[in-house]
Amino acid sequence: MTQPASLALSQLDALEAEAIHIIREVVAQMERPALLFSGGKDSICLLHLAIKAFAPAPVPMPVVHIDTGQNFPEVIEYRDRIVEQYGLTLVVGSVQDAIDAGKVKEAPDGSRNRIQTPVLLETIEDNRFDACMGGARRDEEKARAKERVFSFRDEFGQWDPRNQRPELWSLYNGKVHPGESIRVFPLSNWTELDIWDYIRSRDIEVPSIYYAHDREVFLRDGMWMASNEWAVPPEGVETQVRKVRYRTVGDATLTAAVESDADTIDKIIEETAATRLTERGATRGDDRVSEAAMEDRKKEGYF
Amino acid sequence: MDLLRFATAGSVDDGKSTLIGRLLYDSKSIFEDQLESIELASKNRGAETTDLALLTDGLRAEREQGITIDVAYRYFATPKRKFIIADTPGHQQYTRNMVTGASTADLAIILVDARKGLTEQSRRHATISSLLRVPHVVLAVNKMDLVDWSEERFDEIYREFTDFASKLDIPDLTAIPVSALLGDNIVDRSTNMDWYQGTSLLYHLENVHIGSDRNLQDVRFPVQYVVRPQTAEHPDYRGFAGQVASGILKVGDEVMALPSGLSTRVAAIDGPNGPVDAAYPPMSVTVRLEDEIDLSRGDILCRKGNHPEPTQDIEATVCWMDATPLTERRKVSILHTTRMARAMVKEIAYELNVNTLHRDQDVHELGLNSIGRVKLRVTTPLLIDDYAENRITGSFILIDEATHRTVGAGVIRH
Repeated sequence: MTQPASLALSQLDALEAEAIHIIREVVAQMERPALLFSGGKDSICLLHLAIKAFAPAPVPMPVVHIDTGQNFPEVIEYRDRIVEQYGLTLVVGSVQDAIDAGKVKEAPDGSRNRIQTPVLLETIEDNRFDACMGGARRDEEKARAKERVFSFRDEFGQWDPRNQRPELWSLYNGKVHPGESIRVFPLSNWTELDIWDYIRSRDIEVPSIYYAHDREVFLRDGMWMASNEWAVPPEGVETQVRKVRYRTVGDATLTAAVESDADTIDKIIEETAATRLTERGATRGDDRVSEAAMEDRKKEGYF
Repeated sequence: MDLLRFATAGSVDDGKSTLIGRLLYDSKSIFEDQLESIELASKNRGAETTDLALLTDGLRAEREQGITIDVAYRYFATPKRKFIIADTPGHQQYTRNMVTGASTADLAIILVDARKGLTEQSRRHATISSLLRVPHVVLAVNKMDLVDWSEERFDEIYREFTDFASKLDIPDLTAIPVSALLGDNIVDRSTNMDWYQGTSLLYHLENVHIGSDRNLQDVRFPVQYVVRPQTAEHPDYRGFAGQVASGILKVGDEVMALPSGLSTRVAAIDGPNGPVDAAYPPMSVTVRLEDEIDLSRGDILCRKGNHPEPTQDIEATVCWMDATPLTERRKVSILHTTRMARAMVKEIAYELNVNTLHRDQDVHELGLNSIGRVKLRVTTPLLIDDYAENRITGSFILIDEATHRTVGAGVIRH
């Protein structure tokens, strides 16, 4: 049999096929899976892949948002609209509720990044989720580069990097005892550029803050922070209006904007292909703490 | 643009990290903040030059001990291809990581220090690439600058390698003399080795033909999940979701379901972006059939005249990955395509010495990182093919029934 050139899959189609295979494995193998959705571009792609994986049936698992209470309003509006549009079940793990109940305490600088972890673990426990899918990618960070697609967590939600299950071919081991769980990363092999290429080629809507817009910002540790109710410029620092966009969407106290003119998807892709800084290095205060900041947080149960 | 997955193995001494660092750096896949962070870390350790290994050795334990202990995945792209590197450690105690990296690789780079020639580690990597049937192998003879760019030395190592490889199964071998440190034959062709007529390493990676590595002959569609919406809009929809393992499945084709043996036709194929006429590997699709037949997860769609063999007796080469040795009579779970079953070890026929290829038949257990021939009896028939014909229906993993850890990986040989 001759094989026409059309039987080759583009790398984006191949990544899509791999992610859908992984998502279906989760639902087929696990009892109570969930999909973590932050409204960020990676989890948006993940949700779209989950919709495709089970179409025309609805997504057979709830969507979970760990809400720090310090969100960009554009992102929450987007989240609620998508949930409505696709008839999804939304479970919110509220960091504010946990603070009010005295279960966790925010950091002296007002950061709620680290206390997301206990809230996530409690949400997993309360709902008895045995698998949580997330949009993390291996190109984001060096500890993530070593994490499995099916990443085992013990009953404390801990990741043990030296004791990971070997993962071969496309065979994924989702066996757990009660209380243990698996974190699953179907987008492991995607890069930031792949995400944007996918958003463009599949015509996926993302929150408006990803596109360049005018915003009141101030400079903190060399990064542009939006001035809002949670991020207030220190004394003597003036805010100014700049054309910026967000490369990642996280906690509004921590996530910085980058100066950009990219107000269309084509311009974003052009900018992403030319950038000389990683997205976390450019925009995330939480990863700047130490060489092993991510590894340490993951060991505690962070995503 | 297509995707090439390749595996490297080795330690810092071979120049493996330098090689990867150079591929990433020259393709602009290292970012400034990453470079700054490893420059700082190198300085903090008192190193005079920037240690590119710190780019790939991401775990605290690896940084502290200066070793690679696990597979790291790296990504870079050129205008021609996207690349996924499975970067694995080379020492004996990490054989399982090398096997893991090889399991999904289209190509393996076996790195040899021109001064030292073949080592145990390079033989082990060649053997594992052959056992896991990595379709393309590159013998990269590194540090050519330290042997005066000698053609004789390169030929000597090439002959030594092909002598050893003659006992293996390496379908496509390319040897390239390089200097990762100086960049010779990595991205651009070297001007120091006029005697070398071949291409640079990156050119080879960009152009090696991988399209025909897939099996497009034998239709194998393991059913992963049954899609049944039962909604007002789609009351009768019943689709079989899965990833095509091999062959080309077309709308209208007659197909046979195993293990039931019932035949029907393909009514429609739903792809992630709408209906398609045909599905081929590695597409993930949902197949609808003309007749309602008994079909569920773990079953396979194939053709009447070309189907896998249902069998409860499996002979395989197994890499053991757990600290507790595999012994005869041991019971484990086995995951083969989408089917989970139980298996008992009937016999451990021999252990393979991956450095010498000697088969030690006096050994009747397999320790951590050992590779050997194992006979299994499975509780329910598995629908298997020879791994040489099919990397998906010919492979499996073994899972401990108590700890649930993945303890072994096997390739099936009739």
